[in-house]
Amino acid sequence: MENPRHWRIRKQRYALVGEVCPHCEVKIFPPRDVCPNCGGEAKTQFAFSGKGTVFSFTVMNDAPAGYEKNLPYAVALVKLEEGPIVTAQLTDLGDQPVEIGMPVEMVTRRIRDDGDEKGIIVYGYKFRPAFASQH
Amino acid sequence: MSDVVIAGVGQIPVGEHWDVSLRSQAVRAVLAAIKDAGGLKPQAMYIGNLLAPTVSHQSNLGALLPDWSNLTGIEGITVEAAGASGGGAFRLGYLAVASGFVDTAVVVGVEKITDVVGPELERAIAESTDYDYELAQGLTLTAQAGLVMQLYLHQYKPPREAFAAFPMLAHENAVGNPFAMYRKPISQKAYDSAPMVSEPVNLMDMAPYADGAAAVVLTRRDLVPDSVSHPLVKVSGSSVASDTLALHDRSDPLAFDAARLSVEGACRQAGILPQDVDFFELTDAFSIYAVLSLEAAGFAPRGEGWKLGLDGTLRRDGKLPILTMGGFKARGNPLGAAGVYQIVEAALQLRGEAGSNQIPNARRALVQNLGGPASTAVAHVLERVNG
Ligand SMILES: [Zn+2]
Repeated sequence: MENPRHWRIRKQRYALVGEVCPHCEVKIFPPRDVCPNCGGEAKTQFAFSGKGTVFSFTVMNDAPAGYEKNLPYAVALVKLEEGPIVTAQLTDLGDQPVEIGMPVEMVTRRIRDDGDEKGIIVYGYKFRPAFASQH
Repeated sequence: MSDVVIAGVGQIPVGEHWDVSLRSQAVRAVLAAIKDAGGLKPQAMYIGNLLAPTVSHQSNLGALLPDWSNLTGIEGITVEAAGASGGGAFRLGYLAVASGFVDTAVVVGVEKITDVVGPELERAIAESTDYDYELAQGLTLTAQAGLVMQLYLHQYKPPREAFAAFPMLAHENAVGNPFAMYRKPISQKAYDSAPMVSEPVNLMDMAPYADGAAAVVLTRRDLVPDSVSHPLVKVSGSSVASDTLALHDRSDPLAFDAARLSVEGACRQAGILPQDVDFFELTDAFSIYAVLSLEAAGFAPRGEGWKLGLDGTLRRDGKLPILTMGGFKARGNPLGAAGVYQIVEAALQLRGEAGSNQIPNARRALVQNLGGPASTAVAHVLERVNG
């Protein structure tokens, strides 16, 4: 069972909680012990807005165990408004083709489901298309 | 100090070995390498492996493999660096012998893929990405390559079909390699119609995961038995570099900085420039990674590596042959063993024993083994010993 592990990073998964470096003010996601920009100690929490753009993307036709039910699914590198890039599934795409530069916003969804046997369901962030008017 | 030389090599065919166990695969390669080294007895075994603990539920290969090779008592340690595990194990063997603490070391890369199949295998392999922030989103190694390739296509706008040159070259070269998994050429048409795996990466852009084991015996030149009649290959440069594990933590995912740093380090030690090598065994786990490796090593400007595939430069009779025995794509990709296969193949070229694939007058090779999207990069310069 991996419950402690999922519990430990729940703030990141549900609310995109990262850090702002007290030394150089760079925004960090996910949180680290050391700021990747200045090398100082990083510990000040910062909640990201959840807004960003697609930096790159792929559409997957093969999935690792626990993710097969979503196939085919799009995964993107999302560049957050505040700077960092995150890896996340795209959702609610409808007929809309994905494009690099497309504005997206974070939503909370089921991201992994191991089925009845192990009973592990993991929720976390995905990103959906954002209306241009919001940007 | 005496040169560190490759005194012997051994390999088993890459493929789906349903009837051969992890340990048997490794032992066969080890015994073949020791035999090729004139029976030289190793004092240490360094093992490159990625999946044994998850796929075969077997850890501590450092005890298991010496035991089953009838070498119980010697030093035995496993190196894990994702797809660069084999290159990493070779690096450890080199350091051990070069330091003088170990006279003779056997390095074996082994991977047993077929103990599981399907999504469970995908997940085991994907555990070499950032588990909390990449695999958690359903990412695989192939999807990582998809993200990189999409960005490359967007940024540099190469013709999509140009990437076919890399798998086509690999398959062409595998025809002459009896240890390769796919010994048949493929056509541009087959490439163009290959099913999409992780857009824009298609089935021909990715090397197939397979079982395999390869081994080399490293020793000091003065310790090589007189009975060894084949030419020796010395290690003249060795370097490892790392990058961020997660692709998203890089401001420039197309830079492959670790790949560049490892080439620079190995060439600096060997006292050469990359263009001084006669061939380059790179990591074509995905065709886009072959392109980025060429650019990172300085063989092409950023955004233009794909062009080298089109003008014959990379063929066996070209200026910079790559994938000379079929590469990952056509030899097969036995993850943690792949880096040792690369060393074995380069050594055979340098010994003049590459058969119909022989590169004329091959004296010096650059060998680079990547883990993930160059999260780890291991580079070695190998040279034929004169006389
Ligand atoms: Zn900082």
